[in-house]
Amino acid sequence: MASPSTRGAAIDLKSVSKHYGSFIALDEVSLRIEPGEFMTLLGPSGSGKTTTLNIIAGFTEVSSGSLDVGGKSVIGVPAHKRNTGVVFQHYALFPHMTVSRNVAYPLSLRGIANPDREARVRKALDMVKMTDFGHRFPSELSGGQQQRVALARAIVFDPPLLLMDEPLGALDKKLREWLQLEIKRIHRELGTTFVYVTHDQEEALVLSDRIAVFNQGRIEQIGSGRQLYDEPETLFVGKFVGDSTILRGAPSTSGDETAIDIAGRKVTTAKRLPGGAKPAMLLRPEKLSLARRGMGGRDKNTLPGRIGEAIYLGSGSKYEVVLADMSKAIVRSTLDAETFAIGDEVDLIFAGSDVKLLADDDKADLNLT
Amino acid sequence: MKLPGRILLGLFCLLVAVWLIAPTIVVVPMSFNDKKSLAFPPSGFSWQWYQNFFTNPEWSASLVSSLKVAVVTAVFATIIGTLAAFGLDRMKSRVSGVLRALLITPMVVPGVVLAVGIYAVYLDTQLVGTMTGFVMAHTMLAVPFVIIAVSASLEVFDKRLETAAASLGATQLTAFRTVTLPLIAPGILSGLLFAFVTSFDEIIVALFITSPYLKTLPVQIFSSITRDADPTVAAVGTLLFIATSLVIGAGLLIGSRQGKR
Repeated sequence: MASPSTRGAAIDLKSVSKHYGSFIALDEVSLRIEPGEFMTLLGPSGSGKTTTLNIIAGFTEVSSGSLDVGGKSVIGVPAHKRNTGVVFQHYALFPHMTVSRNVAYPLSLRGIANPDREARVRKALDMVKMTDFGHRFPSELSGGQQQRVALARAIVFDPPLLLMDEPLGALDKKLREWLQLEIKRIHRELGTTFVYVTHDQEEALVLSDRIAVFNQGRIEQIGSGRQLYDEPETLFVGKFVGDSTILRGAPSTSGDETAIDIAGRKVTTAKRLPGGAKPAMLLRPEKLSLARRGMGGRDKNTLPGRIGEAIYLGSGSKYEVVLADMSKAIVRSTLDAETFAIGDEVDLIFAGSDVKLLADDDKADLNLT
Repeated sequence: MKLPGRILLGLFCLLVAVWLIAPTIVVVPMSFNDKKSLAFPPSGFSWQWYQNFFTNPEWSASLVSSLKVAVVTAVFATIIGTLAAFGLDRMKSRVSGVLRALLITPMVVPGVVLAVGIYAVYLDTQLVGTMTGFVMAHTMLAVPFVIIAVSASLEVFDKRLETAAASLGATQLTAFRTVTLPLIAPGILSGLLFAFVTSFDEIIVALFITSPYLKTLPVQIFSSITRDADPTVAAVGTLLFIATSLVIGAGLLIGSRQGKR
């Protein structure tokens, strides 16, 4: 077996657009995926992530732009010649074939005969831990088992590229979490390039080397999960990846400092937005803390609020705080922190240095599913 | 449900069942009559009408003709009808609705009207009383049945399976052969049976285009019963009744076994 990094294919999309009549599904999207990388296309429904996947798979033709896989242009190459594994949300197993015959299908098409074919089918089924199910029909399997067979079928012919379109979307949470780890393990063992489409940001964080966040037919940001969480470049990314609190209000700047007025109370940060964009402040839940009204936090930003929701999480608590302008802040606190009840009057406290200052953007509020 | 209700329902069902099959069942005893009359109840028992059916060349020739016509018709109609149904299913334009209606018309147009038209054309083209003539006419009549049966199974066929097959390396033709065809096979098979039966018991058009040299079984039955009350007709009816019961029974059995998967 070749070393992992040489087995996967690089993918290079350059200024790819897709129009359906006057509707623009993809707008000048450029994305480079490295060989062997696990890339997740994350976004709400209708954001263009599945269109991108279908273009890579060859199910959809581009309206304009270029697409190279493994260094060669595949524009105009039909899906059946692309040698790309695809896993669908709806499994798409052939109901009239047993599990073994399903997995053997791509091998038969490639003229691979027994005993080689049988050995490879067994190996693929071993990999997804479905060894003993070869003689069963898909209708005799659970959803999770069917999806594992579909995965085996998509990797059995050793494609340099595996595409997955919300493969766990139809499964319940526990199974989903377990299969996420399985997919991660298989990616590690195969070294194939994986492109994974999901609208579930937690799933994206668990699985991916890098994540491309889609919104309205464009890529908002590409980066590791940590980069997206810690350094979101747009308000949309900040809201879509992880929990966040957005503070909006009349802005004012002096020197290098930006202030936002929220119902008469000013919060400041020693940052400035380049250009003349209207600023919004984004804060992660763990950067916020709570205190009883008027207690502490004098040197930091404080905003008065009332506890709207208190959720016990086991490892700590999560609070929803309703601020004076009726916007909501999300705060996560650890086990040993002071606890609050719904209706408690509190101060929301945070350091100006923890604020992400981002351009306010109407697009960020649309399409959140 | 309470007991009296149950009994009432049972009786009613029995009544409907009897009403539906009585005309068919009546033929059975008549076929064993010992006299040359279509009397019910029969006056005695004999096998002679069955013997007559198989030995009299007029009868056996018509059976062979009917089987030939029906088999060839079924094959042609199934191929044409399946391709048509597939094409209509994949057609994106609105024309497909019009085309479908057009292809179904032979089912809706009164048989006599069709028969007169076919007869007129056949007279000019010397197709009356020919095998080709019969097969062409019957194929036209049978195609709608195949289209309807195949369309129904294409309706429930998951087209995404073809996309999956393509991703695994199958050309469109291979995907059709290995995935689509096996999954719509029950529809095609029932279309085939319908086409066979449509041709096998077709009488109106057959009466027009028949000749002394090529008679189908329904034509033979018709002329026999209008000429003399020959109980051979009853014997034929009984045989057909048994044959169709067996075929349909087998079909149901296969269907229920597949359904369990």
